[in-house]
Amino acid sequence: MASEEPIISLRNVGKEFKTANGPVTALDDINLDIRRGEIFGIIGLSGAGKSTLVRCINMLETPTSGQVIFEGDNLAAQNDRQKRMARRSMGMIFQQFNLLAQRNILKNVCFPLEIAGVSRQEGRKRAMELLELVGLADRAGAYPAQLSGGQKQRVAIARALATNPKVILCDEATSALDPNTTKSILALLKEINQSMGVTVIVITHEMAVIEAICDRVAIIDQSHIAELGTVSEIFSEPKSRIGRQLILGDAVNQVKFSDSRQLRIIFDGRESTEPIISNLVLACKVPVNIMYAATKDIQGTAMGQMIIQLPEDESDANRIVNYLKSIHIPYEEVTRHDV
Amino acid sequence: MTFDATTISMLKTAIWETFYMVALSSLFAYVIGLPFGIILVVTDNGGIYPIPWLQKILGLVINLLRSVPFLILLFIVLPLSKIVIGTRIGSPAIVIPLTIAAAPYIARVVESSFREIDPGVIEAAKSMGASTWQIIWKVLLPESRPSLLLGAALAVTTILSYSAMAGFTGGGGLGAVAINYGYYRYEPGLMWIAVILLVVMVQIIQEIGTQLSKRGDKRIR
Repeated sequence: MASEEPIISLRNVGKEFKTANGPVTALDDINLDIRRGEIFGIIGLSGAGKSTLVRCINMLETPTSGQVIFEGDNLAAQNDRQKRMARRSMGMIFQQFNLLAQRNILKNVCFPLEIAGVSRQEGRKRAMELLELVGLADRAGAYPAQLSGGQKQRVAIARALATNPKVILCDEATSALDPNTTKSILALLKEINQSMGVTVIVITHEMAVIEAICDRVAIIDQSHIAELGTVSEIFSEPKSRIGRQLILGDAVNQVKFSDSRQLRIIFDGRESTEPIISNLVLACKVPVNIMYAATKDIQGTAMGQMIIQLPEDESDANRIVNYLKSIHIPYEEVTRHDV
Repeated sequence: MTFDATTISMLKTAIWETFYMVALSSLFAYVIGLPFGIILVVTDNGGIYPIPWLQKILGLVINLLRSVPFLILLFIVLPLSKIVIGTRIGSPAIVIPLTIAAAPYIARVVESSFREIDPGVIEAAKSMGASTWQIIWKVLLPESRPSLLLGAALAVTTILSYSAMAGFTGGGGLGAVAINYGYYRYEPGLMWIAVILLVVMVQIIQEIGTQLSKRGDKRIR
């Protein structure tokens, strides 16, 4: 789906907030190209600046410097009216859903159409189609308070799609949902991306969300972009410390990293028929201690990672490293200082 | 105390006078107070259309008006009633000071109702390209309706209690009955009847407000 032409380009975007304790930099010199039709992830820990970044894309926050180019226009230089018009081409969904509590869900979906000046009748028709799409047509008359979290987010997605936007911004859209609901909401976003060609920008602090649906990802840390690439690239070769932390994810909590050397071995699915660890043990004649192992589905490919502890003996350890090198299995050393 | 036809018709008139003093003052006070309540929220720092200096000045004026005791305000404003409606005596004359006293109160009540709205919902409306006016009409007002109705019950009962003081300046209504008979003529019977009628009116207004608020609120199921 993704083409090379960027739909959104951020050029040297900076954002500073004035606080009582002096200015705080939320974003510093951010450069990003988001391609038309892709699902782009922005991941970072809380406070990294990712929410501010997404709000700079639809001008809910005005950047203090730089350009936000959407379909060739620099939004940062536009007047309020032009910004409002541009926002109609960008739907947004939120962690807390942000539905209007006093409107039933059909009218919630009608809301952006009312704002855009679409006639009542036409709006209702379009809203019903969208509720159909998200599987909630039978609940059209229900109020948000009567729905579950997942259903509310479906309504929010229908609402975000009402004005036929080219981009959907998702701000921690699944962070308030349980794992199963998260899965179904992500599947819905993916489906919308594929069937409608809508570009989706996903903000999250969970690597699993990125792995499940994103094509490319930017890792944001301390107001900067620490790393950017395809999800499988970053998974197999994280270059930044924060990237490594996010990839290791739950391993960090499960593994008690010792002072000895540890290797993180990455499997990308091709080797799944090969008993790599058994072969390694047989070839090197040294026992290895597996500290953590997990497989993940990244973009339809089963990718796995394993953390093994290297033997104390220097030459034994080097033999293992050389063996991995010889069979072209990606690996990297991890220490407790990485996590 | 004699309960003859004259007394009863006097009470009837008093009920009617109280009713229309309160109704008219509430109406006028909302016509003034509601927009000011909206301005207080919208122009605040971090509001949807920040004009901090305007917000500050308005807040100051509202606080000033609210700090004048009603009885004093009544004496200050009655000359204005003379100019506007030609008299400073009777129930119609009281409507003007009541409105002036209640409007700033209502502005604050409305303000607090609006502040209860989840800022996320306003942000969502903004993200859809809603203008300031659209956010006021389609988000602030409808979303705070239950709270506005509760606030209205509070405001109207307050106006009712203010209206009772009108008796001191030659105004009418149940308050005047209570003051004239109970305070000036030592006839506590009629005073108590007037007080009970006031209590009943407060109960009715409060109940209407509570019920309207509850029934219209879609958050509770």
